Amino acid sequence: MSSTVTHEAAVHRDYGGAKIGMWLFLFTEIVLFGGLFILYSAYRTKYPHEFHAAGQELNYIIGVINTVVLLTSSLSMALSITAVQKGRQRLATWLVGLTVILGALFLVNKYVEWSAKIHHGLYPNGPELLKLPPGEGLFLGLYFTMTGLHGLHVVAGMIVLSIMLVLLAKQRVHQDDYVKLENAGLYWHLVDVIWIFLLPLFYLAA
Amino acid sequence: MSQEHEHVVSYATFVTVWGVLLTLTMLLTFASKLFHEALSVWAMLFITPLKAGLVFYYFMHLKFEAPLLKGMVFTALATLVVFIGMLFLDVSFR
Amino acid sequence: MTTMTAGAVYGEGSFLASSGRTGLLAWILSTDHKRIGILYLVSMLTFFLVGMTIGVLMRLEQLTIGPTIMQPQTYNAMFTLHGVIMIFLFVIPGLPASMGNFFLPILIGAKDVAFPRLNLISWYLFIGGAVLAVLSMFTGSGPPDTGWTFYAPYSIRTGTNVSLAVFAAFVLGFSSILTGINFVTTIHRLRAPGMTWHRMPLFPWSLYATGWIQILATPIISITLLLVIVERVFGIGVFDPAKGGDPILYQHLFWIYSHPAVYVMILPAMGAVSEIIPTFAHRTIFGYRAIAYSSIAIAALGSLVWAHHMFTSGMSEFANMIFSLLTFLVAIPSAIKVFNWVATLYKGSIDLQPPMLYALTFIFLFCIGGLTGVMQGALALNVHLHDTYFIVGHFHYVMFGGTGIAFFAALLYWFPKMSGKMYNRRVANVAWFPIFIGFNMLYFTMLTLGFEGMPRRYYDHLPQFHAGHVVATVGSWFLVAGILMLLGNFVVALFKGEKAETNPWGGITLEWTVPSPPPTENFEEVPSITHGPYEFNPVAGR
Repeated sequence: MSSTVTHEAAVHRDYGGAKIGMWLFLFTEIVLFGGLFILYSAYRTKYPHEFHAAGQELNYIIGVINTVVLLTSSLSMALSITAVQKGRQRLATWLVGLTVILGALFLVNKYVEWSAKIHHGLYPNGPELLKLPPGEGLFLGLYFTMTGLHGLHVVAGMIVLSIMLVLLAKQRVHQDDYVKLENAGLYWHLVDVIWIFLLPLFYLAA
Repeated sequence: MSQEHEHVVSYATFVTVWGVLLTLTMLLTFASKLFHEALSVWAMLFITPLKAGLVFYYFMHLKFEAPLLKGMVFTALATLVVFIGMLFLDVSFR
Repeated sequence: MTTMTAGAVYGEGSFLASSGRTGLLAWILSTDHKRIGILYLVSMLTFFLVGMTIGVLMRLEQLTIGPTIMQPQTYNAMFTLHGVIMIFLFVIPGLPASMGNFFLPILIGAKDVAFPRLNLISWYLFIGGAVLAVLSMFTGSGPPDTGWTFYAPYSIRTGTNVSLAVFAAFVLGFSSILTGINFVTTIHRLRAPGMTWHRMPLFPWSLYATGWIQILATPIISITLLLVIVERVFGIGVFDPAKGGDPILYQHLFWIYSHPAVYVMILPAMGAVSEIIPTFAHRTIFGYRAIAYSSIAIAALGSLVWAHHMFTSGMSEFANMIFSLLTFLVAIPSAIKVFNWVATLYKGSIDLQPPMLYALTFIFLFCIGGLTGVMQGALALNVHLHDTYFIVGHFHYVMFGGTGIAFFAALLYWFPKMSGKMYNRRVANVAWFPIFIGFNMLYFTMLTLGFEGMPRRYYDHLPQFHAGHVVATVGSWFLVAGILMLLGNFVVALFKGEKAETNPWGGITLEWTVPSPPPTENFEEVPSITHGPYEFNPVAGR
């Protein structure tokens, strides 16, 4: 197998292994969120009406907008891989940059949503939430926990992608060695998949 | 060592998948708003995994990966499903 | 990875010779799987000794009725810490992190694991988690008093340092996950040419099954522990009945990980025993495929039985029955291994060296532990035995008599290879007596005490249980004396032991083909495998 000019000769490279390792890590993320989905499903079974009622508190339009934002960011991410594979280094860099921007847009929306809720006293142990029946309080509690954990992962993804921007600029990710970008992309897509599940559970529950 | 010559997915394929995902999202939203409860729940239970599946298969390249990787993904997802299912042995029967 | 030979005590080219950096940095910055394995080994054994000391103190408290050396609150903190340290800092990292790291690549003919830098990070996370756990003992309102299981709602309400302690466990979970990812990938990608899955030795098979559990089960405890912190800080209510929450859901989430975790603890131990027995019986293992596949079966079935820890919690009767049935089933693959090990001995040429002595002891003690476990799976018995000393006896038989003894056996087997020194074999054999006698005095008594109704996690006991407690405490002293003798023997060997040969035991797996200790890149040339791992030729002999 040919080695590219810029790389240290003795470093062990295993493309297939790197991919397997990344997917195995993604499984841990799936199970991590899975634990929260387990809780959600148990409580939805226990409090079907309250979950339906509390769902009214959430604005489904923002939820759908955020879904579109993340789906589009996944598109730009996937396109960037094709671009790198075709040697279109600049295009790939722009696409990754667009992905990061869309991630930021998602977070801005989330911030707006959350601050509205908090302003209205609808946060864990907040005055308005405590007035609600227990099942509704749990719905909102789970909402904050799950979207919060998801948001942290969006931030982490943006950090990783920003690092990818640097690597792309420095030609350390390029047509002959782009597994890091692929793996970063896999992480980003998973963050999107989690949101795909969060949308109906919270925003379309009403 | 150059990256093994990977199957390259065309820009057009990705854009098409994205279009399908947006359409499914709209469908899902309307179903939940317009249909009565039971039907909208079924819509959710069907459309959402379909969307996730499209992201896995195309954006995450799983369609073009070796059976080993597909098997691993299946194992992980099946494990989660089993956990939820077995939890309901308790939750649903109390 | 190039080796700068320093021709030190351990010989030219050995991984223990200088690699370009000096002193401590050469170790804590090294991505060499062998050095990382030793870093884990030394740190884990340190934590084991701390946990053991806490156990001794707990037993001292129970030596008399009423306060002996501590107050009740302290006792609660002691059993919590004993559990947290032993489980998260010793048994779960256990054989994979120490022996697995050292020997997996060598056993499959590789130069290192798939992700050497991640490997080092996993050790950093291990130490980080340990530091956090120690901090939780001395900061805030004092060490947690919830038991290592951190059950809600008490863990949410108690003022003690639960958040820091569970965060420590969270960090340790990451360490475990990284090891699992590394090992699964390594086994898929880095086996030497000709080493098909069915020519791979059984220790790697067990590490593979274990790796999957680490990957798929650990994140559940991660989220559960995070939720405890979120609950304590934000009061969401998911485990709080006052807010509509259900504490039983906490137990479900907790045990969905913590039950498979016990298979993380035992599978590699069984794998090590599967390496030792053929070597000292000078026979191929009986039922290689059965043992290999039973590891996978245990990992899979073991993920379906978690609620047998919750039979008395208030779960539905239907769930109780299903989980009880599955619990009986999971004993089957374990039993298959036991039968196969024993069958391996038949018509073998048995050499009762220390590793073999301890490996056989493992089989005996593990059987008692396993059988008492099956007993607990019976719903009618469980009602009486749950939260008694019977449970405590059971899990010490499997975790200590099982994994602990197997750990010692693995150390006795592989120490000469790792260090290039041979220990005093007679001392190792002599240490066995106080260990075996003390262990059974301590833990068999617990089985009887529990059967008679002695509750666990109680600071004190009724007069009718007193005699049993005294026997157990005295047993703990013998056990500790034996362990100190055993471990001290290794320390002495490091400084004064004779040089070990390449193959002191006559083993035929790959580690016995490389020098003791191995060179940095393990093999001078990549081995080419043409036969199974335990093909002893009885005619040629050794």
